[in-house]
Amino acid sequence: MMTMKKKTPSLLFEESRPGRRGFLPPTTNLPETGEELIPPGLRRRAPLRLPELSEMEVSRHFTSLAERNFGVDQGFYPLGSCTMKYNPKLLEDLAELPGFKGLHPLQGEETVQGALALCYYAERVFAALTGMDEYTLQPAAGAHGEQTGLFIIKAALRERGEKERNVILVPDTAHGTNPASATRTGFTVRTVPSSPEGIIEPAALEPHLGPKLAGMMLTNPNTLGLFEDRILEITALIHRHGGLVYYDGANLNAILGHARPGDMGFDLVHLNLHKTFATPHGGGGPGAGPLGVKAHLGKYLPVPRIISTQDGYNWSYDFPSTIGKVKGFWGHFSVVVKALAYILSLGGEGLQQAAEDAVLAANYLQKQLKEDFNLPYDRPCMHEFVLGGVKKPASGIRSLDLAKRILDYGIHPPTMYFPLVVAEALMIEPTESVTLELLDYFGQVMQEIAGQAREESNKLKAAPHSTPVRRPDEARAARNPVLKWRADSSVDPE
Amino acid sequence: MNHPYLPLTEQERRAMLKKLGLDSAEQLFAAIPAEIRDKARVELPMHTETEVKRIFTDWAEKNIPASRMVSFLGAGAYEHAVPAALRHLLGQSAFYTSYTPYQPEVSQGMLQAMFEFQTLITDLTGMDVANASLYDGPTALAEAVLLACQHTRRSKVLLFSGLNPEAEKVLHTYTGNLGIEVKSLPYREKRPDETAEALDNETAAVVLQNPDFLGRISAVEELSAIVHHMNAMLIVYINDPLSLALLEPPGTHGADLTVGEGQALGIPLSFGGPYLGFFAARKDLLRRLPGRVVGETVDLDGKRSFVLTLQTREQHIRRERATSNICSNQALCALAAVIYLALLGPEGLKETAAAAVRNSRYLFKELTRCPRVEPLINQPFFHEFPVRVPGDLPAITSRLQAKGFLPGFSLGDYRPEYSGGLLLYTSELRTQEEMDRFCNTLEGLL
Repeated sequence: MMTMKKKTPSLLFEESRPGRRGFLPPTTNLPETGEELIPPGLRRRAPLRLPELSEMEVSRHFTSLAERNFGVDQGFYPLGSCTMKYNPKLLEDLAELPGFKGLHPLQGEETVQGALALCYYAERVFAALTGMDEYTLQPAAGAHGEQTGLFIIKAALRERGEKERNVILVPDTAHGTNPASATRTGFTVRTVPSSPEGIIEPAALEPHLGPKLAGMMLTNPNTLGLFEDRILEITALIHRHGGLVYYDGANLNAILGHARPGDMGFDLVHLNLHKTFATPHGGGGPGAGPLGVKAHLGKYLPVPRIISTQDGYNWSYDFPSTIGKVKGFWGHFSVVVKALAYILSLGGEGLQQAAEDAVLAANYLQKQLKEDFNLPYDRPCMHEFVLGGVKKPASGIRSLDLAKRILDYGIHPPTMYFPLVVAEALMIEPTESVTLELLDYFGQVMQEIAGQAREESNKLKAAPHSTPVRRPDEARAARNPVLKWRADSSVDPE
Repeated sequence: MNHPYLPLTEQERRAMLKKLGLDSAEQLFAAIPAEIRDKARVELPMHTETEVKRIFTDWAEKNIPASRMVSFLGAGAYEHAVPAALRHLLGQSAFYTSYTPYQPEVSQGMLQAMFEFQTLITDLTGMDVANASLYDGPTALAEAVLLACQHTRRSKVLLFSGLNPEAEKVLHTYTGNLGIEVKSLPYREKRPDETAEALDNETAAVVLQNPDFLGRISAVEELSAIVHHMNAMLIVYINDPLSLALLEPPGTHGADLTVGEGQALGIPLSFGGPYLGFFAARKDLLRRLPGRVVGETVDLDGKRSFVLTLQTREQHIRRERATSNICSNQALCALAAVIYLALLGPEGLKETAAAAVRNSRYLFKELTRCPRVEPLINQPFFHEFPVRVPGDLPAITSRLQAKGFLPGFSLGDYRPEYSGGLLLYTSELRTQEEMDRFCNTLEGLL
């Protein structure tokens, strides 16, 4: 990021000048104007207020916006539970191949054999890596994978004649999507408390093991970065009481090549391709959330499925027990392309090494930071760990202040105030995309900030000092929502 | 192992382990029961960048992309001319390698772009507010229907025939699992009575796609009055937002929710995804919006800033009481749409839409001149229309494909009553010469 003082970018609408244009669409020599072919009563009368800009202005606008954005390429991004690993450039190039990019989803199967072969292979690879039997690539994101999985649990229970089973258990450390997805699909949610050691003890499930139990959702390692080491007992217990067990794949990066959800007893698994398999997060999306199931649930997967015959690959809708379709067309194809390219680049051994590096980096940092910060669960962690604020801070210093101060050192802050079981939580996930120098630098920065939290609290309270804007007023934004630009009401950019 | 994607060296790993008092990396995984660890190794070779490129190029070359053919295939995914600048601006890694903008201080770029997106969507649709995007059109429609049911506390939805089949299928999956009843209505021509009869005080919403799946354009105004008379909500589904450059926006006609698929706004076909769902609503539904919303505010120094807002609706705060489980948006696709609309501007967008309409009228006229090719509709249409082609359609299709044409969507797969029907889309990319050649070739095959 260049440091030369630059003007704050205006909004596109403020930069607009009548008559400027940024593109000339193709023209034809047909006589009509086109617009006249729309019956007058249906024609647009409302003004179209799109901005009018030259190509140069559009380029400068979005370049200056990019300069006001921080990604993995800009610096260290230890945002817990988000797995902000490096996004290899090769992946972007491959998704742009004309044979992928220009492919219409409804083309005849004979013209898309390469794409179908790729998807079919990706399903097999995902299955091998997670110990599952069958996969769908349809879900658009992790939360969408959860929703799809819960629809499947519902369908399976319905077919077993056990519609009264409507309770889904989630640990108190679960990602917010778990309970939200369960409610969204018509289940009732019961929260299971974790033990003082930060994991789920089988005994904690006892009160819920009845005729209403539909299943349980778990991530392992959990959001405290701890491996649920009673997992085999937990999955067996749920199964014994007629429930199904869902694996939230958000934290899979910790264990690739070291443990597979299928071997832990899970019936369903979603993958976050944008976390585990290095596809870019895109500023909030698109990701992808393929869902894998054990063989006994395969018949419920969304249609169409890709089947392999002697004539090649085909779409098949012939699965009578399917839950149906959960997304338009077949899923986030280009994200699958990128994830598969990442997997093939690393291979089994490389993926295992990536998990090892991620866990090693997290433990290395945890050890460095626990002198100055509270570590409520003080044991070796997996890919991430959760600090409970700084030790002995000056009064009024909160984790928010620490996070804002971290920005001044060119580092993206950790996840704040999650999981909910830790007060003043700072959740740190370095991923394997680190160098030793970087880890040591981060350690020093955190030590320095801890010192400031004790002795120079004003510096923290006023942080960040070096960013384009400082602590935007979120309460004001929510109280008086301004969600679009209006010529008359916008605040002054400076 | 030293690998380009794994910055730590063997030497550094050893030094780090030593600091932790460990002899081997294996010990880091001691919490995992041995019986699980033993099974976890996956045999999969490692490849160099050159090898990976070769593997994927081979797969890519086994496809014949629509972009290399003279394509008349739309049916919910639309190829348009995309300005060269778009890819370069979108490809800036500060955008694509960033996460959801939870730290507004270092995310003003993406947040401002999402605020611009929301503004552009409200302008196109004529609605009051829009969110920062959803997965795609079909899931956006499902979210709209769920919102309508929650808002009205009713559980029945009426769908006009002519809804994109992908959207219809996804909607059925969602509603079927939540006990929402879905009923179909025949295509609404000038029979408002029939609609009024179907509406009862259990009806939460009426869904109309406009232009519909067959390309037909209809007037929304009177329908909106009928729907509102029963205190139900009108949801308009848009499959190609370019239509809004020429057609009166649903907001003007009283739509309560306008949702749809934004792929046509500069997002590549990419075999069906990722695409862009958009979601726009009346002002009073603001706090029921699903997904991310960006708002304007000021910072400590009074500078204009943008933040994610109304987060108390969302899953990470509300957990099981959230308005939706969605915790992402299609930010990068929404950014592509903003760049596309900024480059095209009002004139470019109108010209593009008008060229597509002009082409569709020309092709329709020329095609229906062919012996025994019959129009399947007699209403005004946008850039897509259905005709019935005599003879063996699959055979004709494959012969056309052999000559470099992608002839359109076979409607028999969609509804048996349209058997032999072909839905043709003409983008602004098609030339008169291509359309003439297509008609001549087809005529020769009949």
